[in-house]
Amino acid sequence: MHPFTYTRVDDVDAAVAAVTTDAVARAVQVPEDAAFIAGGTTQLDLMRDGVWSPGTLVDISRLPLADVEVEDGDGDDGTVLVVGAAVTMADLARHAAVAGLDVLRDSLLLAASPQLRAMATIGGNVLQRTRCRYFRDPTVSQCNKREPGSGCAAVEGTARMHAVLGVDAGCIALHASDLAVALVALDARVRLHGPDGVRTLPVADLHVRADDDPARDNVLTPGELVTHLEIPVPDARTGYLKVRDRASYEFALTSAAVVARVEDGVLAHVAIGLGGVGSVPWRATRAEEVLRGRPASLALFEEAAAAELADAFTLPGTDFKPELARRTLVRQLRDVTEVTA
Amino acid sequence: MSHLPLSVTVNGEQQSVDVDPRRSLLDLLRDTLGLTGTQKGCDQGACGACTVHVDGRRVLSCLTLAAQVDGREVTTIEGIGTAESLHPVQQAFIDCDAFQCGACTAGQVMSAAALLEEDGWETADDVRELMSGNLCRCGAYPRIVDAVLSVRDAREA
Repeated sequence: MHPFTYTRVDDVDAAVAAVTTDAVARAVQVPEDAAFIAGGTTQLDLMRDGVWSPGTLVDISRLPLADVEVEDGDGDDGTVLVVGAAVTMADLARHAAVAGLDVLRDSLLLAASPQLRAMATIGGNVLQRTRCRYFRDPTVSQCNKREPGSGCAAVEGTARMHAVLGVDAGCIALHASDLAVALVALDARVRLHGPDGVRTLPVADLHVRADDDPARDNVLTPGELVTHLEIPVPDARTGYLKVRDRASYEFALTSAAVVARVEDGVLAHVAIGLGGVGSVPWRATRAEEVLRGRPASLALFEEAAAAELADAFTLPGTDFKPELARRTLVRQLRDVTEVTA
Repeated sequence: MSHLPLSVTVNGEQQSVDVDPRRSLLDLLRDTLGLTGTQKGCDQGACGACTVHVDGRRVLSCLTLAAQVDGREVTTIEGIGTAESLHPVQQAFIDCDAFQCGACTAGQVMSAAALLEEDGWETADDVRELMSGNLCRCGAYPRIVDAVLSVRDAREA
């Protein structure tokens, strides 16, 4: 592991200032090597493997961002959960406010292991880097995410835990978060605190697709810190289904987060996130368009799932995924809506 | 890079040491403090052999920077029982024959001891799921589940 400087900060402004080289001359880019650390579960691996070598780590684990608050929403929103970015996965999963929100709770409890969930924060979870083993192996020279323009060893090599949506031959890295898949289906937002102030952004707009720019994971500007997640509690039934190679402590091959309300047999509200398939937490807008406002039926669910996966980019190692993703989505639509014919 | 002053309570004893910022909690425990009961298995957060408690929560010491536990309370396998006075989980592992080679056992015991203080579980399946962060290559899983349930049952009796 390369040497780095460690500092701990006690408030958000100090955190942002600490990773911003020159807080006055804000046009100056934050050096690539200054970064925040909280749970650190992914970062320590990346540092140890030599994939990532920050010069400075700013410890934000003790910022006052560890609370879950239930607030009244604006306009169409009912209740909104405002979750501090330093809340751990374990604490959010067990929070009373999440008890009835199956999609959120299960996306957390079906992820990682109890120890990792006790360490990892939700801010870090949403920003986690890809698990692509070629990206994580610095002896592999072809990686457009690490080294723009160098190529993609995964496309040439053995792909399995890789993406089929939002990718092309330049990069097939998967965004492996379960939580983020639930968040896009819940229309959640991230609150960001940066050198130039505070802004909020839909989680669905936070990440950058690999087929747009594999070198860039997200749209955060230098020095920006995720401080909160805002999660509207929908007037709908929800659920998260995760399909994987073993029953526990494993990443998704495919997953589906479904938020749906059926009124008089018609899908009055539907929002879908797909996991295990996208270079970003995948919002299934095509499927939603097929479903929205139409009478719920298994045939319609199958039509919607087929529409979403129609343009999947597959390789020999990932050609099972579109069919598995279709079936995962159909089954979860069926289970959440209880429409079985 | 300069070393950091670190003050941490380990098994009830206050420790003040200077650490390289790169040092993991696992290496701090084993190499700096000589507490070698905590095992280094994979050193990448996959196996659970290095599980310890930080402020009562079970965490992976290999994925924790020592610097990040400044001011915290760390408990290791050396801190929960002694040969003369075993922790109930340790006794249950013996009674249930819940280990073979022993490489994973310290982590299993620390994970189980924390699990027994957590809510939201009841069945053997729950225990299997909630102990899934601790791998056992000898395959003692059924007996580990038995051990956890036996401690829970004894407490509730």
